[in-house]
Amino acid sequence: MQVNEKKPLIVAFCCNWCSYAGADLAGNNRLAYPADVKIIRVPCSCRVNPMFILRAFQRGADGVIICGCHPGDCHYTSGNYFTRRRMAMLFSMLDYLGIEKERTRVEWVSAAEGAKFAATMNDFAEKVAALGENKRLEDLRCKR
Amino acid sequence: MRKCTAANLDKLFAAIAENAALYLPVDDEKGTAQYKKWAEGTVMSNALNTAKSPKDFFFPQSEDLMKFKTQGKTIELTDIRDEKEDFVVFGVRACDVRSFDILDRVFLVDPRDSYYASRREKGVIVSLACSKPTETCFCSAFGIDATNPAGDVTAWKTEEGFFFKANTEKGEKLMASLEGLTEECTEEAVEAQKAKTAAILEKLPLADLDTDKFGGGKTAELFNDPAWAELSRSCLGCGTCTFVCPTCQCYDIKDFNTGREVIRYRCWDSCMYSEFTRMAHGNNRNSQLERFRQRFMHKLVYYPENNEGIFGCVGCGRCLAKCPISMNIVKVMKTVGGKKDE
Amino acid sequence: MQKITREVLIEKAASLLNEGVVSAVYGWKKGEFVYDVTPALFTTTEELEKEFVWGDFCGANFSKYLVASTRKIEGKILVFLKPCDTYSFNQLLTEHRFDREKVYAVGIPCEGMADVSKVKAAAGEGIIAIESTEEGLAVTTLYNDAPVVVPYAEALAERCINCKSKKHVAYDELIGEEGDVLESGRFDQVAELEAMTPDERFAFWQNELSKCIRCNACRDVCPACTCEKCVFNNPVSGAETKAPMGTFEEKMFHIIRAFHVAGRCTDCGECSRVCPQDIPLHLLNRKFIKDINTHYGEYQAGAEVGSRAPLVNYTTEDVEPCDVFERGDKNA
Repeated sequence: MQVNEKKPLIVAFCCNWCSYAGADLAGNNRLAYPADVKIIRVPCSCRVNPMFILRAFQRGADGVIICGCHPGDCHYTSGNYFTRRRMAMLFSMLDYLGIEKERTRVEWVSAAEGAKFAATMNDFAEKVAALGENKRLEDLRCKR
Repeated sequence: MRKCTAANLDKLFAAIAENAALYLPVDDEKGTAQYKKWAEGTVMSNALNTAKSPKDFFFPQSEDLMKFKTQGKTIELTDIRDEKEDFVVFGVRACDVRSFDILDRVFLVDPRDSYYASRREKGVIVSLACSKPTETCFCSAFGIDATNPAGDVTAWKTEEGFFFKANTEKGEKLMASLEGLTEECTEEAVEAQKAKTAAILEKLPLADLDTDKFGGGKTAELFNDPAWAELSRSCLGCGTCTFVCPTCQCYDIKDFNTGREVIRYRCWDSCMYSEFTRMAHGNNRNSQLERFRQRFMHKLVYYPENNEGIFGCVGCGRCLAKCPISMNIVKVMKTVGGKKDE
Repeated sequence: MQKITREVLIEKAASLLNEGVVSAVYGWKKGEFVYDVTPALFTTTEELEKEFVWGDFCGANFSKYLVASTRKIEGKILVFLKPCDTYSFNQLLTEHRFDREKVYAVGIPCEGMADVSKVKAAAGEGIIAIESTEEGLAVTTLYNDAPVVVPYAEALAERCINCKSKKHVAYDELIGEEGDVLESGRFDQVAELEAMTPDERFAFWQNELSKCIRCNACRDVCPACTCEKCVFNNPVSGAETKAPMGTFEEKMFHIIRAFHVAGRCTDCGECSRVCPQDIPLHLLNRKFIKDINTHYGEYQAGAEVGSRAPLVNYTTEDVEPCDVFERGDKNA
């Protein structure tokens, strides 16, 4: 085992109404997911500006995941439909620029899906860990 | 004068690169010349000039000044300046060599800019005389002789090879280190090339560009010229002209918070930008007309006023080639203050 | 070579000025050389006759100028629009960026514009005269005794080789004949990039974007970029930057800029035309256009006024973000 092996840092944007509650439920149910997943609560998944995602990568995130209500269940009726289009386009663009597509993900997690939240985070963290450190969207000034 | 045959050129570059980092114009994959660090196999560009000016070597687009961290009531400062190694810039044209003098008059006067000064001390400039000036060239309007550039060493490129003449102590030192690869020679070939180039320079479309209307003391006369409104009307307010310009020297100092400490850096700024020199009370130039006028008045009136009549433009023609709307200092010089023949 | 002549346009502009229909005319003003044409506002017939030009170097798109000038100028403004310019014109109208009533738009046919760097590559440096002839551009330089003829096909700008439409989608009056929407190969290069491995793509873009000097010319010329205050200029936005610092800022700028105009970009190609470092910025915009066409149905921004841009729209059946990557990706 490498001593200084760096664990991946993951930023998860979770919508206030479904996914954040899903994360809560995962905690209440004592479901394990990596401690390196940093949750940022947003009012709706469509609050996530593409700049938030790039900033997260700049500041050292190795993967960014956006979690929202299932399509059709948005607290604001249609927010997550916009998220779906925007993120599809943004992630496709990042892939086009050669940034590993496994570093970005959108997942729909309801307030009842604590198990899905934990499973998603475990899976995502594993995939990101396999890629190693984020080199392609890093800002050298922010590296230690 | 010393000569290096074309066959020996690579060896010469290798010899220079042994003691210092060597930068020279190299064509990129699209055929645009940019300064690159020399490595085995690097081929020098034949282009007249590089897309970006060599001012980057002494005054880079962005550079870190220092780092600071606060802990409780103490502030820890770290000097993180990039101590550049000794370097040689090869193939700088006459116009760009003059631009270093213009920058020196800004950065080396009191208070001396130690970041700039240190790079200036470490850099040796090998200039290269022009033999194929192009239509956008107008260096002669500012008294620059494209056939005989200044610099630590002046070089001429002919079919026979490169000819060198050292002008300064630094240049002599460099030439002394290259004695084995160069030979003493007469000035005949160089003189012939100079005469040939001079004949072309006379034929250039901008050869008769007149600077008489400009210079120190002309502020009152030119500032309220109605032509500024028309000239600046289509200006996009981008920074292309200022960033390709070898003499534009305005910068901004900004902080970047990395989350652990703050990096204070400086970067080029452009007087064409709406937030340029923004202060607590707001901006002092609120319209594009004022910003546009500032750039040209600075080069043609304010700078010569403070610097013994030397203009802040060297006639390299980069802004003529690069401006998105093809508005440039030549059009300004021909329009502001009335046409010469009117 | 353009089919209509300068004289036809001057006549049209002069008559509209003299009749009092318009009070000013946006046109191309002659420069020092043949190719350095500047967008300008003409207000008298004399100015038009003296300095108005129309030819193979009149690429500038006037649509964006209307945003500011319609607010400042009394009366109507005459604007000459090439087919591609009309799309930007419509898109700005869709976004309510200027008052249509204050503009008199004259559609003019375009045979494609020349790229001066291509002309220089073919004929050499030191251009002192360029004449448009039947065979091509006859270029006289300081270093050639006789003019070098550069065929139009060789001199055409990239955006004109891949011209998407010769049809005018907006005008009050049309000079010449109406053209058609064309089948173009404008997505070919995007597809080539998509077919590369992620490593190759990264190397390509790293090389291109690292040339960026953050002059903002691409943004300032873009007819879709009409925010009153750009986030990258706004000191309180937290995103303000003035230089391509280190390894990240230039990527941030270009990704965010392309994303912000996604679905609104008409693919007029001005960004790539003005880039002083020759970065192929249109390849970012075309990627978005291609993806939108593939996943949300064919959409041409500016084709009609009032259409809802794809990124401010949705259907309940949209593709999931994880499914947009399938495109012949070698590593998939």
